[in-house]
Amino acid sequence: MTGPVARATIDGNEATASVAYRLNEICCIYPITPSSAMAELADEWSAKGMRNVFGSVPAVVEMQSEGGAAGALHGSLQGGALATTFTASQGLLLMIPNMYKIAGELTPAVIHVAARSIAAQGLSIFGDHQDVMAVRETGFALLGSSSVQEAHDMAAVAQAATLSARVPFLHFFDGFRTSHELNTIELLSDDDLRALVPQTLVRSHRARSLSPEHPFVRGTAQNPDVYFQARETVNPYYARVPEIVEAAMAKLFDRTGRRYHLVSYTGHPEAERVVVAMGSGAETVRATVSHLYARGERVGALTVRLYRPFPAAELVAALPPSVKAVAVLDRTKEPGSFGEPLFLDVLGVLAEAHNAGRRADMPMVTGGRYGLSSKEFTPAMAAGVLAELARPAPKRRFTVGITDDVSGTSIAYDDGLDIEPGSTTRAVFFGLGADGTVGANKNTIKILGAEGLFAQGYFVYDSKKSGSQTVSHLRFGPEPVKAPYLISQASFVGCHQAGLLDRPEVLDRAAPGATLLLNTPHPAGEVWGTLTRTVQEKILGKDIALYVVDANRVAREVGLGQRVNTVLQACFFSISGVLDSTTAVERMKQAITKTYARRGPKVVEANLAAVDRALEGLARVAVPDRPTSQREADAPVPADAPEFVRRVTAAMMAGLGDTLPVSALPDDGTWPSGTTAYEKRGISDTVAQWDPELCIQCGNCSFVCPHAAIRSKYYPGPELDGAPAGFASAPLRARGLPGTVYTLQIYAEDCTGCGLCVEACPVSAPGQPDRKAVNLAWAEPLIGPGRQHIGFFESLPVPERPRVDFGTVRGAQFLTPLFEFSGACAGCGETPYVKLLSQLFGDRAVIANATGCSSIYGGNLPTTPWAKNADGRGPAWSNSLFEDNAEFGLGLRLAADHHLSLARQGLSTLRDALGADLVDSVLSAPQRSESELASQRQRLAVLSDRLAGLDGPVVDDLRSVLDHLLRRSVWIVGGDGWAYDIGSGGLDHVLASGRDVNVLVLDTEVYSNTGGQMSKATPLGAMAKFATAGKAVEKKDLALQAMAYGSVYVARVAMGADPEQTLRAFREAEAYDGPSLIIAYSHCIAHGIEMRTGLDQQHRAVASGYWPLVRYDPVLRAAGDNPFLLDSPRPRLALSEYTGRELRFAALARTNPEEAERLGALAQEAVELRWATYEEMATRPAERFPADARKEG
Amino acid sequence: MDLSTTYMGIKLRNPLVASPSPLSHTLDGVRRLADGGAAAVVLHSLFEEDLLSQAEHQIALAEAGSESSPESLSFFPEIPGADAEPRRYLSLLERSAATVGVPVVASLNGASPGSWSRYARQMQDAGAAGIELNLYASPAGPATAARTVEETHLEILGLVKAAVALPVAVKMSPYYSSVGEMAARLADAGADALVLFNRFMHPDIDTDALSLVPGIGLSSPPEARLPRTWVALLRPSLSASLAISTGTHSSSDLVKGLLAGADVVMATSVLLNHGPGHSEVLLEGLSAWMEARGYANVKQFRGLLASGRNVPSRERVRYVEALRAANAVQAGTW
Repeated sequence: MTGPVARATIDGNEATASVAYRLNEICCIYPITPSSAMAELADEWSAKGMRNVFGSVPAVVEMQSEGGAAGALHGSLQGGALATTFTASQGLLLMIPNMYKIAGELTPAVIHVAARSIAAQGLSIFGDHQDVMAVRETGFALLGSSSVQEAHDMAAVAQAATLSARVPFLHFFDGFRTSHELNTIELLSDDDLRALVPQTLVRSHRARSLSPEHPFVRGTAQNPDVYFQARETVNPYYARVPEIVEAAMAKLFDRTGRRYHLVSYTGHPEAERVVVAMGSGAETVRATVSHLYARGERVGALTVRLYRPFPAAELVAALPPSVKAVAVLDRTKEPGSFGEPLFLDVLGVLAEAHNAGRRADMPMVTGGRYGLSSKEFTPAMAAGVLAELARPAPKRRFTVGITDDVSGTSIAYDDGLDIEPGSTTRAVFFGLGADGTVGANKNTIKILGAEGLFAQGYFVYDSKKSGSQTVSHLRFGPEPVKAPYLISQASFVGCHQAGLLDRPEVLDRAAPGATLLLNTPHPAGEVWGTLTRTVQEKILGKDIALYVVDANRVAREVGLGQRVNTVLQACFFSISGVLDSTTAVERMKQAITKTYARRGPKVVEANLAAVDRALEGLARVAVPDRPTSQREADAPVPADAPEFVRRVTAAMMAGLGDTLPVSALPDDGTWPSGTTAYEKRGISDTVAQWDPELCIQCGNCSFVCPHAAIRSKYYPGPELDGAPAGFASAPLRARGLPGTVYTLQIYAEDCTGCGLCVEACPVSAPGQPDRKAVNLAWAEPLIGPGRQHIGFFESLPVPERPRVDFGTVRGAQFLTPLFEFSGACAGCGETPYVKLLSQLFGDRAVIANATGCSSIYGGNLPTTPWAKNADGRGPAWSNSLFEDNAEFGLGLRLAADHHLSLARQGLSTLRDALGADLVDSVLSAPQRSESELASQRQRLAVLSDRLAGLDGPVVDDLRSVLDHLLRRSVWIVGGDGWAYDIGSGGLDHVLASGRDVNVLVLDTEVYSNTGGQMSKATPLGAMAKFATAGKAVEKKDLALQAMAYGSVYVARVAMGADPEQTLRAFREAEAYDGPSLIIAYSHCIAHGIEMRTGLDQQHRAVASGYWPLVRYDPVLRAAGDNPFLLDSPRPRLALSEYTGRELRFAALARTNPEEAERLGALAQEAVELRWATYEEMATRPAERFPADARKEG
Repeated sequence: MDLSTTYMGIKLRNPLVASPSPLSHTLDGVRRLADGGAAAVVLHSLFEEDLLSQAEHQIALAEAGSESSPESLSFFPEIPGADAEPRRYLSLLERSAATVGVPVVASLNGASPGSWSRYARQMQDAGAAGIELNLYASPAGPATAARTVEETHLEILGLVKAAVALPVAVKMSPYYSSVGEMAARLADAGADALVLFNRFMHPDIDTDALSLVPGIGLSSPPEARLPRTWVALLRPSLSASLAISTGTHSSSDLVKGLLAGADVVMATSVLLNHGPGHSEVLLEGLSAWMEARGYANVKQFRGLLASGRNVPSRERVRYVEALRAANAVQAGTW
């Protein structure tokens, strides 16, 4: 070992990126969870001018997709640079073609992968090895890490080995479990890295690059005569890889004392049962085996680090000759295979060794699957696998960690096994994303790390973007923490939100005798009486010491608002005993002074005050000796919910999804619509409240509500008979409908308190400028009565669609939203458009949705927002992938067109039998207006009745496609990351297809879902991740591009600026018989705005000319008119009056004022230039626009 | 014609200084002010409270929604904190000082004792020719004694003087109980110049919206009388430089300021109204006046109408005369 060892508590992504960045010259990047942080760190370091170990600042280049990143990587490598990329899952799949090329050309490179599931029956962002297993044939060497420390070390080993071996490497570690786990590790210094990767190897790589100074041809087309032989030339290189990797590991050992092997054995030297694994699961197996071995069991663990080229000799050598049974664990699934890949490799290697006489006995080898999509893999499960091997007839193929009651694959295990050393403190904290719990815990880790303790932190988040819950798992101890699984026996449980205490998980994770800290408004003397019986029983059963503090009150009083983190952190230090309480308070205050200095002195003082006040408010509860409560927690869903929702969805909502057996789940990824209606989250303290006296019934609030929590109906006055007390209504403000009543109903438990409705309301109370017809009010008193009001409201008749004037915002409010209560961010700028789509066309819409925010709030379990109307009709929604959404949607159109054609044929064939008049009217129905559509529905109902009286194959066929005779509305929905970047080529092609599809681009100008990375829609001068220094290229004008085809209806809209124009554009786009494109300004949390001001920012974007509202209608061109309509007035605000209010622009003015000034001036110029172009277009004669060249029919 | 003067120890080509305005918020604006003829440019104030609240707000926005969703644990790259140096201001100062040919004076309004000296040092490093202390603070509570306010201001001046080698000016409030005494104490404490006076932008009330709205910022010519009077009173007894910063709208106001004894006269509203090039017009007017009276340089007439030593009785006489004249003003016809 050389020099002092630096220690840090970092996560696997940072541990890896820190090495990859320092050992490379070019990083070709693209965001994808859970690997994005590696790319983000590289980008930030590069922007700060941080140098690699060779003395240069790596160039970090974001590409349009992972396919693009792989291409740029290939080029960089062929150009002789040291280059890398970071990816996962679908991203890695997109790299496959280039991976074959890079390997085929024997090019040294390392790709770092935070291994993740592949989208199959559903997408999952979580960890397993499906992605890396999908590339095992590419020729890349595969090197797996099982911990944060290993990820740091193997990143260096991979880089050293690739340059020696000339075989490219894929270094992988488990997504989330390792990529996101904070752990205290020893850092490799620059000198360590230089020692591992000598400059001579770098120069050799450079010498093989493409250069006109020594020209050659690489990438030929080869024919049957030589391709095969040429493919075999690489064998010697692969043969050398194991030796080279082992040598690099040995060198690492020399410098650090950390010993790794290609295949490592742990356990009894004469073991009889052995488990083989890779990744973090291997660490769990090692720890479990050590525990069992210490108790005398003849068991062992074999960790495979180098997976390709498979180290057959090393595996045979590592496995003790005494072994009689081997279980090979694969964190992947290969349906239809004889077994999963690692199992097959091990089985083959052992069989061959036995055959060849290198191993006397052939052990029994079984193969099991575990841990898909970050499913927990615990010591109990590892022990269960070993126990299974000891049975007389172990399952040859099995799963562990689930209950498979369909195929019977799962094995049993004793869930109570606890192998962790007593010296480790284990604590879990339950909080909300918004309350700062995770941040405080990260801070705690830093404090304890500085005290010389080893720490581990792992954070579990739910899938909602608003009101999300977090669980923090923290371990501290005098030894490195090697426990890559959640804490099940916590000595400390912090419940930071009283409402979470009823979740079974909270107390289930408590060890006997644990301490529970509860944040509650109730004083210590009263709190026991507020608990449910189940909670009381658990507290008594586990002999839990209960402490309480009113952290919300303390936080409020010291000026910290909802941020209860410091208060609760102080209480944790005071009662957990990890440090003595005086030292803890002192360290915490030091940390506060340091951490919050960047937020200013007021925040520092408030947090310091919070520490003192917290300790004053902390009290232990005297717990009685028996449960006293008769109350139980409310059921997660109402009793009248559908059976599936009660049986499956409710369990998932309660955090019990892990307990669902295989049989409970749909087998082809098909889930019921509209389940968010059963999940009443009540996430906001304040909710909208309607003032019927003031209201002018304009519908603006309902129009902009991102969560469909504001509904309106008009109905005859007598319907009010039997209305519950307090049910609000007002006479309908409309001529010709006397005696008609109007109600605006707030769904209080679904309201997120975002305030967009208040901002959109155009009226104020006389003398009270801040009081609108919709205001935010305390939720609590509104919720109980609100439930009754909603029940009554839903029993009122729904206004008939043909009687509603769709052409106005006022009218549109009466259309039932078929997209409701999503988990999108409070105040989301996308969902109002999505909801509008569902209101206008949802009952006949099929939706293709690109991966991104809209697929997450639109399709993330347990509950989904796409709903059905009273007739059982509603949008049919699907997410294929990120990159292919336009093509996927086109496919839906092609299928619909085909079925329509079949239906028309069938009708013609059966014309006489069905009635010529009816058939003719069905075939010639125009179906553009709502009343025409309603008439067609009626005709189809008659048709269906008549078909019921007929039979025969033609009749059956017609019946199967009859619904296509109602004009189907095909929508392709996605964000700008899809439309401008990864799906750009496909979108362009689909727009050029001439087919009747409607594309809605929810343009947030950034990759919102993965955390705010730059896209080609990001505006000039804005700061984003991957554009830390400000984007220096103008946003692509997607609208103009689409207009160039002449056959595409195009609109650019901003609901907050002109809702009527938005509505008009949606209706025109849908009615247009051809491709339509709507680009919708969607304010976003990633803009750095108060979300409540989102609509005002939309207004400013338009008023400054940044976002001109336009429509391009080819129908006008065909009629001899100018098809280009400029719907917004000339710019009347300086661009800075829009940009100055958004952090994405303002932050750059603080970090790099010169650049901000320069880019700001250029952006203003660009606005003026574009406006001039648009103005000119708006005055052109029709013939100066391209004609729609499609033929009729 | 020699228009040169010396202000806070800095030799200036003429006695017209551009005081803080929206024009001095950008490099281009500062350049235009200098090109227009101003002998020095005072930048807008670095308001520490604004900086802190802006940083705090930005961090809150950057952290909104973070640590909530597994895919988007944050939405922004790291944003500079409240403890970061005020790069925007210092960058403007640095670029202005490096590119315009006249001295650029930085203006500072701190919020805590430590920060005054820290920012002053940073301004010095960024190339400021001098520092003007903007001692504006929100109206103190009714319990704060006048002496406490004064002591605080003197303490700040002391801190800044100790921190930098640059000349330091104090932009004074006209609302000290004894402006003259305070001026003398500031000068004794090391102020290289006194700027008379700070104008406080008191808010207005919008009777339709029932809300407070920002007050109008531009000055009018009569507002120059108060600082001019005080300059005339202070000139004979103070060696520190004196500047008049309010109500300069014509070359005649410039002349009057100099006659009262100011070393420089500052202009804001007139340059906002007529453009930064208007300095030229004011200076031409000054030259023409000097030429008509046969003055070859400014020294020859500066302070000509400053008060003599017997200040109290002379002033009393003038006050009574002025009051009598004002009361004789005819009301309008109605």
